[in-house]
Amino acid sequence: MLIILTSLWLLLSGHYTGLILSLGLISILLVSVLSIRMQLLDYEQPDSFRQTVYSIPYGFWLLKEIVKSNIDVSLRILNPALPIKPQLYNLKTSQRAELARVSHANSITLTPGTISIDVDDDSIEVHVLSQSGLEGLLDGEMDARITRVEDRSYG
Amino acid sequence: MVEFTILLILLSMLLALISAAIGETVYDKILAVNIFGTITVLFIAVYGFVTGRPDFLDIALVYALISFVTTIAVLKFFEYGDMGKSSTDREQDIDI
Amino acid sequence: MNDPVYLIACCLLILGAVFVLIGLLGVFRMPDFFTRLHAASIIDSMGTLLIMLGLMLMSGINLITVKLFLILLFILITTPTAAHALAKSALHGKLKPKLGDDKS
Repeated sequence: MLIILTSLWLLLSGHYTGLILSLGLISILLVSVLSIRMQLLDYEQPDSFRQTVYSIPYGFWLLKEIVKSNIDVSLRILNPALPIKPQLYNLKTSQRAELARVSHANSITLTPGTISIDVDDDSIEVHVLSQSGLEGLLDGEMDARITRVEDRSYG
Repeated sequence: MVEFTILLILLSMLLALISAAIGETVYDKILAVNIFGTITVLFIAVYGFVTGRPDFLDIALVYALISFVTTIAVLKFFEYGDMGKSSTDREQDIDI
Repeated sequence: MNDPVYLIACCLLILGAVFVLIGLLGVFRMPDFFTRLHAASIIDSMGTLLIMLGLMLMSGINLITVKLFLILLFILITTPTAAHALAKSALHGKLKPKLGDDKS
């Protein structure tokens, strides 16, 4: 974590004089001490580096889905008849870890046309705007991809 | 061309303020303010580029984070009636 | 000024602003709160994505690109969380979503 904070400071400040660097050192130490005292650090993480690497292909796939559903929802808004059919649906999920479940819910909300309302242990309550959005969720590709990232980073 | 983008973004900010003013429920208003915050981040970033001062990006970054915290805090306030105190704080409140 | 990268960046910026406007139009047109959330998520995802990509192309590869990427990442992580919190507290606040409202 110290490495991440240090590189973040060096990237964001862009000044490399003595005063600024010492201020950065002080704030990095302060943040570390505070987050240890607040017990924000999470030691159940399997392997953050491998998890990050394996999430990159998923990120690109998610970007493609976001663009596709954005165009779909935009066309629906611009259509004068406003062809929407909102409904609630209880989606079963197969992730075990909390981080993977949160990623799944966030991906659902990030994609326009679907919003996750409530997250339980093995299901997510989803509000969908139209039938096509619901079909996109039902084929379960997002669920399978997140589970694969999770399995590979734990294994 | 970039100036045209700024005009469009300013128009969107105005529309977001109007939708915050005419929102039916309190959640509509919070949603409109949230949208306004996102558009403001975009506006600050683009404006920094037009005036040739990329330092504005730091302000946009901080604004994005503060806008998120504001939304969550206001929501907590409307859902629970306070800013999410711990149980010991609630007990102390009775004495006051 | 007239190189193709600059032109593509300008097109991305204007397209992003247009998507922001479409999202706001959706906020005005949608019948109830939960459908308005869908329109708002267009602004958060597509508008931000296109405008930040345009600015990245305009700046070239340097420190500014990293900052723009960080802003994009923060917005893409925080806005779904805010939208989820909004939807959840609206549901707890006895605001029932309108279902099956097929206007076709």
